[in-house]
Amino acid sequence: MLKPLGDSSILIQLGDAIDLALNARVHALSAFLQTSPAVIETVPAYCTVLVHYDPLTTTYSQIKNLIEEKISLLDDSTHRPSRRLEIPVLYGGASGPDLEPVATTLALSPSELIRLHSEREYTVYMMGFTPGFPYLGILNEKLTMPRMSTPRTRVPAGSVAIAGSQTGIYPVDSPGGWHILGHTPLKLFDPTSETPFLFAPGDIVKFIPAN
Amino acid sequence: MLELLEITGIATLQDSGRRGFNKFGVPTSGAMDWYAYQAANSLLNNPANSAVIELGLGEITFHSLRNTVLAVTGAGYEVENYIWTFPLWTSFYVRAGWTVRVKKTSGGNWAYIAIAGGFDSPVIMNSRSAYLRGGIGSALKTGDVLQSFPPASDLLKLAARDHTPLIPYSQTPTIDVIPARQADWFMLEGIRTFYESEYTLSPSFDRMGYRLQGMPIQKAITQELISEGMTMGSIQIPTDGQPIVMMADAPTTGGYPKIASVSRASLPLLAQCEAGVSRIRFKETTVEEAQSTYSVIARRVLSPTKQSQD
Repeated sequence: MLKPLGDSSILIQLGDAIDLALNARVHALSAFLQTSPAVIETVPAYCTVLVHYDPLTTTYSQIKNLIEEKISLLDDSTHRPSRRLEIPVLYGGASGPDLEPVATTLALSPSELIRLHSEREYTVYMMGFTPGFPYLGILNEKLTMPRMSTPRTRVPAGSVAIAGSQTGIYPVDSPGGWHILGHTPLKLFDPTSETPFLFAPGDIVKFIPAN
Repeated sequence: MLELLEITGIATLQDSGRRGFNKFGVPTSGAMDWYAYQAANSLLNNPANSAVIELGLGEITFHSLRNTVLAVTGAGYEVENYIWTFPLWTSFYVRAGWTVRVKKTSGGNWAYIAIAGGFDSPVIMNSRSAYLRGGIGSALKTGDVLQSFPPASDLLKLAARDHTPLIPYSQTPTIDVIPARQADWFMLEGIRTFYESEYTLSPSFDRMGYRLQGMPIQKAITQELISEGMTMGSIQIPTDGQPIVMMADAPTTGGYPKIASVSRASLPLLAQCEAGVSRIRFKETTVEEAQSTYSVIARRVLSPTKQSQD
């Protein structure tokens, strides 16, 4: 489904769920559309792709036709290979102040919680919130927790946290309402680097407990 | 070269924005009022993406270390150059050592100060636009010395020009909006409220978003939607029903339903609304109509201004 978002963007909705196969299609379509000169940039999310274009060179009906054509050409061969990244995490203590309270709430031991959080491979469904923040999913359903009712005013960069069916890593010091389980020393965002971001949408991520 | 002597309010370098990094969560940034920004560069025959000083909610005083020409556009300011006062939307010669002050008056929020040649500063991820929350660039401060590129032509040809803006800046603006995909998330009554009542800008506005105050908009569906991409001009309706318009530094994705999006042609009008003063109304338009209006307005400032003296 295609709908205008203002006069210089168009939103493509491929489904209405947080689902791995659907999200893979989102990333494939996003990458495929990026190759078109009429496309300024794309923003893949869970089940949508937002496409920015220049209305001075491309009208709404032109971009709509172009996208419809690209969607019809999209097949399994256009899926790009995913990168797999291993992220060391120091769980608990000062690095993960919410590990013990979350374990208590979920009726798990801290070590079970660490195992359940680190045993899965996650996918970067989308990025947003702050530069370089990966929304990773989907968590083992035993780890589903609502957000904190009062967000922290400062969550340190590198904090590995969970909320809902998602886990993520804070790239820069920022406010945040997710439960902090641990910390990674890796830098997720460096604006002056040739490669400013550790992650890209569609990457596969595995946490490696350091303790 | 300008040396900044005093700054109140928020001043940053901005250009036409940072493209290609939304997918990593980096906002586009760039000027809040794209028209005033482009017009300032066009007055000086600068390349279209040149960096300018964006001044918001305060004043700036500087002197030039070399002879140069400046152009100042926007709304809600006036310029003192040496002993003269200039209105906005003009270019003027500045001799080395003269003090220039851009002073806040009323009727707007943002001024754009362009220099012949354009400001030179480090390019970070394809742009000179500061994005302070993301640690990209920095706020301009007293003592900063700003470098510039060589001007496009002889300084005297660039001075004493003016531009009549095609944007009808007003304290009672009608903002054209294109209905959004989630328009059916709202009660018909809520949609009517949005198009028929008046809104004012909350005093806590910034480069990220404009929170409006007025009749709350009732939703038919109260759940959050699955986060999706959004853009400058997207109007989100959070739980309290008061619209928030996403502006230049807005997050790239959001989970509140959107009722509509401000047309590009109307963004400068909204950007320059005064908190608590302007009475804002929304009018529905189509994407085709919005694009044709934008194209007329944009071509006025994106094509080089004719050299007035030859």
